[in-house]
Amino acid sequence: MSDTLDCAASPAVEGAAPEVKITVRDLDFYYGDFHALTGISCDIKARSVTAFIGPSGCGKSTFLRCLNRMNDLIPGTRVDGTVLLDGQDIYGPGVDPVDLRRRVGMIFQQPNPFPMSIYDNVAYGPRLHGVKKKSELDDIVRDSLERANLWKEVKDILDRGGLTLSGGQQQRLCIARVLAVQPDVLLMDEPCSAIDPTSVQKIEDLMAELKSSVTIIIVTHNMQQAARTSDETAFFLQERSGEPAVLVEFGRTADIFTSPKDKRTEDYITGRFG
Amino acid sequence: MSETQTSSAPRELKLMSRSTYLKEAALKNLFMLCATMAVAGVVLIFLFVGWRGWPVFSEVGLKGFLGGSEWLPTQGLFGILPLLVGSLVVTLGALALGAPLAVGTAVFLSEIAPPRVRSVVRPAVELLAGVPSVVFGFFGLLVVRPIVADLTGGLGFGPLTAWLILAIMIVPTIATLTEDALGSVPDGIREASYAMGATTWQTIWRVLLPAAKIGIIDAVILGMGRAIGETMAVLMVVGNAPVFFRGIGKPVSTLTSQIVMDMPYASGVHRTALFGLAIILFLISMGLVGLVRGLSRLREGTR
Repeated sequence: MSDTLDCAASPAVEGAAPEVKITVRDLDFYYGDFHALTGISCDIKARSVTAFIGPSGCGKSTFLRCLNRMNDLIPGTRVDGTVLLDGQDIYGPGVDPVDLRRRVGMIFQQPNPFPMSIYDNVAYGPRLHGVKKKSELDDIVRDSLERANLWKEVKDILDRGGLTLSGGQQQRLCIARVLAVQPDVLLMDEPCSAIDPTSVQKIEDLMAELKSSVTIIIVTHNMQQAARTSDETAFFLQERSGEPAVLVEFGRTADIFTSPKDKRTEDYITGRFG
Repeated sequence: MSETQTSSAPRELKLMSRSTYLKEAALKNLFMLCATMAVAGVVLIFLFVGWRGWPVFSEVGLKGFLGGSEWLPTQGLFGILPLLVGSLVVTLGALALGAPLAVGTAVFLSEIAPPRVRSVVRPAVELLAGVPSVVFGFFGLLVVRPIVADLTGGLGFGPLTAWLILAIMIVPTIATLTEDALGSVPDGIREASYAMGATTWQTIWRVLLPAAKIGIIDAVILGMGRAIGETMAVLMVVGNAPVFFRGIGKPVSTLTSQIVMDMPYASGVHRTALFGLAIILFLISMGLVGLVRGLSRLREGTR
């Protein structure tokens, strides 16, 4: 974690080392008067899987939503500190959150396909960004569904409603929908907690395949899942209710789970609380 | 009430007391009575109107009534076509103006307005529903009609004035129901769209309105029912000439306004013919309600 300090000292725009995708420095977050997160700093490595773990209500989802500015949609929220994506401050003046979200895609806990056909679900993003040609859309839809390991199951029913699929298929459809806009980063907010175990396996396999091209950050309640899927792990904790949550420890997943440096991490990992 | 238990012996289940039983039964019947009254009201009115209006089909004849193109009671002509066309023109025009206005209002309230603005606009829209129609008519007569008169020539009595007034009158119905329809679209879908890099406008236009489509169509149909049945405000501005539509600034008459115009002096066949008009209005309403029911079944089917 010593490189973290080096980065913080150098000028912001130059700060990110090549393999670092997202740099967060001294981030504080507020819901109105409620101070939810404080002093968060970390470097998310490109083309890897980073897991955010911690007890319920510890702010890991809130932090995740800071990374694509989804919290902007909630009135009364405020962010202090810097978040750099490839060295550029995403909260900088004039940055368009809409454009940011095209590069930083998101998968939610509850699969949320649009009430339209499978094809239209996947074509939604490309169409937003001006792709009109049918043949081009066909290619994107097929490619995205293939990358999401869903093509074989749906190739003959592309005009059927997205909501007719099973929960696990719906979640993979949502992943295909996000992949269709070619994001660099994929934020996954407990993507497996509302689907069946077989589908969980498929999504974890998918994450392993995708990380060669996409930076993945996953929030999970399931520590085995964090241990199985991630390269690095961040442990968040709100120590007392009413106080802001902090990032207790951040490091290689193997280290966090076998030899945590912080007593609080160890207590959580070994199941002493949360 | 209950005796203290010894921990070993399992407690016997209590029997329902007689007073509880009676109270439950009385409440059940009371609520059933309420529902029955509403149904009975509709049935009784329908039977009454049918009973008084039915003879029109023998006295005027099916063709003379439904197919007649002249409404001249003094000459014994009771053709409803001009009135039907008048009602249709007035209603469709009002919908064309009012439905986009109302859907726009609902989108603003549901998706765009900050809470503080919403807390002012929503009651204002609801208040609009509480304004008596005679007040709308009065406003139309004194404020809108002169403006229309300048635009179209003549006195300003006619469909255009009625459209403008009715368009505002149907806003609360359509806006409230459309807002409900938008509100029932799961939040996850909104988030998904924004997270894909969609703007607010793209989210509304490409995802939310299509997702709420059937609910919005419902709302527009009910707004149509409101427009077709509106009497007083229309009566005051539409000109009440039972002739075919000749232009947006020329007087026409509608099914409802003609009933009010003729009722005070009508007798004999003429009176029967007015009840005949009421039957037609009833059937149109039933058709619209049936359409809404059919659509909502369709919506359940697709979920």
